[in-house]
Amino acid sequence: MSAVLESLLVLGSHQLSSRLIVGTGKYATFELMQECLAISGSDVITVAVRRERLMDASGRNILDFIDLDRYTILPNTAGCFTADEAVRTARLGREILSSVGNPGASWVKLEVLGDKKTLLPDPVATLEATRELVADGFEVLCYTTDDPITARRLQEAGATSVMPAGSPIGSGQGILNPNNIRICLEYLKENDPNYPVIVDAGVGTASDVAFAMELGCDGVLLNTAIASAQDPKRMAEAMKLACQAGRLASHAGRIPRKLYATASSPETGLISPGVR
Amino acid sequence: MLKITVNDAPQTVPAGTTVEALLGLLGLQPRFLAVELNRRVIPRGEHRQARLADGDQIEIVTLVGGG
Repeated sequence: MSAVLESLLVLGSHQLSSRLIVGTGKYATFELMQECLAISGSDVITVAVRRERLMDASGRNILDFIDLDRYTILPNTAGCFTADEAVRTARLGREILSSVGNPGASWVKLEVLGDKKTLLPDPVATLEATRELVADGFEVLCYTTDDPITARRLQEAGATSVMPAGSPIGSGQGILNPNNIRICLEYLKENDPNYPVIVDAGVGTASDVAFAMELGCDGVLLNTAIASAQDPKRMAEAMKLACQAGRLASHAGRIPRKLYATASSPETGLISPGVR
Repeated sequence: MLKITVNDAPQTVPAGTTVEALLGLLGLQPRFLAVELNRRVIPRGEHRQARLADGDQIEIVTLVGGG
């Protein structure tokens, strides 16, 4: 395998061989989720923190279906609309992962949302929660918009990684503003070329992942695009390959875009030389 | 008896009930749970010592699928 694909993604204290981080939500069954996680090749999987359903008889917990020695769990604060809720949720997630001895106890995927319709982040509350969680010893992976100024503020607040959305969560619209992602990359990597930038949210299909990686992102986080695909297992494989293809292409250096054609075949030696 | 709330639902438990005992009363295995007492996480190792008081608000959470 090429050195580019073998290089590890360093996220704080974590070193990952896969640059694809996948969610565990929306799967029809835990068994299908298990298969898709394995096929995706991911080292890190995200989960949410929710109230225990005190009346539920089934007793099946998602952690019964996850190999805790193989995967690092990344708990999120999805569904939180205030910094206070997000900080409490992060601490509860840490407590569960500490109890089961998973290295994911050290970090959190911070989401502080601004509104239910767009699920876009509240940048002010996200910044506030980042400061509080960093002070509490968390490695904070920040879900944010593609706004470069907010991204820089979050980095300055101590975020381990800034994770701009390609487009709204679950929308499948891909990367709507690649120029903003490019500026985020430039700003965030200005003083540290290894500072990790991950596109989180909006991925619809494999080409979106490849595109994010080609732009120079260090990884992609997605959930719905696999879980809600018509054939989730096939899509999990497509995402894995797209992530690798995009990273290779990014390091290979693409040709410049030009308005007019440049022939690939020799322009001389034609049987009927002519000019159009 | 103590009047407490668990995940916003009112509950009545005997005086002296600990967090560990509360989980037992609710029929819950602590394995994949975290408990918050009045907005502070009670680490697993302290469930046996942490005693509840009248009016306490308890949150019991677990992990679920998410993105």
